[in-house]
Amino acid sequence: MSKFIKKHRFLFFRRLSQLSLLILYFCANAYGFKILSGNLSSSLFLNTVPLADPFAVLQMFVAGAILSIDVVIGALIILVFYMTIGGRAFCSWVCPINMVTDLANWLRRVLVLDKTEKKVWLGRNVRYWVLGLTFILSALTGLAAFELVSPISILHRGIVFGMGMGFAAVLSIFLFDLFAVKNGWCGHVCPLGAFYSTVSKFSMIRVKHNQPNCTLCMKCKDVCPEKQILSLIGKRSGDVVSGECTNCGRCVEVCDDDALSFGVRNYINKNG
Amino acid sequence: MSNLKSKKPVITERRKFISLMAQSIGLSALGGMIWTGYIEEAKSAPLILRPPGAMSEPDFLRMCIKCGQCAIACPFDTLQIAKPGDAKPLGTPYFVPREVPCYMCTDIPCVPACPTGALNEDSVSSVVQGEKVLDINKSRMGLAVVDESSCIAFWGIQCDACYRACPLLDKAITLEYKRNSRTGKHAYLIPRVSSDYCTGCGLCEHACVTKKPAIFVLPKQVAQGELGGHYIKGWDKKDENRLKDVNENVTTKTKRSELAPKDYLNEGGLLDE
Repeated sequence: MSKFIKKHRFLFFRRLSQLSLLILYFCANAYGFKILSGNLSSSLFLNTVPLADPFAVLQMFVAGAILSIDVVIGALIILVFYMTIGGRAFCSWVCPINMVTDLANWLRRVLVLDKTEKKVWLGRNVRYWVLGLTFILSALTGLAAFELVSPISILHRGIVFGMGMGFAAVLSIFLFDLFAVKNGWCGHVCPLGAFYSTVSKFSMIRVKHNQPNCTLCMKCKDVCPEKQILSLIGKRSGDVVSGECTNCGRCVEVCDDDALSFGVRNYINKNG
Repeated sequence: MSNLKSKKPVITERRKFISLMAQSIGLSALGGMIWTGYIEEAKSAPLILRPPGAMSEPDFLRMCIKCGQCAIACPFDTLQIAKPGDAKPLGTPYFVPREVPCYMCTDIPCVPACPTGALNEDSVSSVVQGEKVLDINKSRMGLAVVDESSCIAFWGIQCDACYRACPLLDKAITLEYKRNSRTGKHAYLIPRVSSDYCTGCGLCEHACVTKKPAIFVLPKQVAQGELGGHYIKGWDKKDENRLKDVNENVTTKTKRSELAPKDYLNEGGLLDE
């Protein structure tokens, strides 16, 4: 049992973080318990600190909105946090869709779908095109383009304010990830993930690899939702420097050989 | 010579790069068109009623960050957040007066809650003794419209439910007394809505006694016409000010007005010969 907990320690804390955020937002709307009120697009922490989704605010800016000081400050707080410290941690520690796609991904492993199904090709760079497209369409249509279709907002708002037909969008993501492409939404399409990947290139908290300990069991690559970032496994010691790393910590906890750990990035020596 | 013989195209790195770019741009264009189509459809919800102080619909859609803090602040749960299946721009706030009207709180909690200014505090404030004070009566969420054929007051039945429900009683809704010539001894009490005062709160629609309300709130841009610069109340000094900014000579050109009447009258063609 204790081994199971140790092997899932980050997963446990991630679910705790995701669920407690949802509960706080839900309680603010349902019971007026205003620790964190609003939703992931924009919220108010303890009735004083504004927080805002920097990607949404950037889309609004491109769409021609005059930005208020509140949202600019809110977006900067969030942006600076992920840019300098958290990296792409939003995706694995905050985003509610992560729970949906992780479930699909887990089912894929249990049902051995990767080995049996027909492969559908979809590049991991598609998300950066979707990111670019988001800004172009925001400018053309005069409103934040992704915010109008985002399954993340649909799910999050759904939980806080009422789901409606939103479950269909969430189910679509689930089915897409389960049967079409492995890590299809989060790792290939989602422009919010692409946004955080782009801005968090130089963030502080990184996964570190200690190559001499590595036995090349490849358990880390099995669980990693962004496999391509683990290219250094078994080859050299150092930091996982890609902005695409979501700092989910799955690789660290599944490693039996103490070859992976979380740490502060080595900014000076690039090769670690 | 040997080059001409080999028909097999050479796949160079350059060719690979160019076709990959072409594919990416092409697919982006495809996706972009479908996405734009959805957005344009989704944002055209002309019958949606917005919270007090909301900017004009296109500006509102641009500014609203869809955080729902207005709905959280609303003490009556009037404001709802559009969810998939509501056929309204997702995540934006709206209200349905027949279900829950706007009760016109004097402190308008929904407006200061807005972090982006999509709900504009200035538009629902007035200056009292040099100080900005929130004034819900300045809000223009919509305009109440009466369907005469289903309003029982127009039949001569005495009903003043909407008049009584109106928070701006005798201003936004007034009762017009008319003689009922059918009975010869009763009066019609006809509800009249004034667009100068009606805030569109929907308390009248909520109170209306008919099965489907005979008085209902429509967004102002749906319910109202627009004068343009052609007509003016010459007897009203205030109305003349309206034309101050119109300096160009506006003339409507239609197919019929292309010719002056004397031209087409003299040229014949009006009568079959």
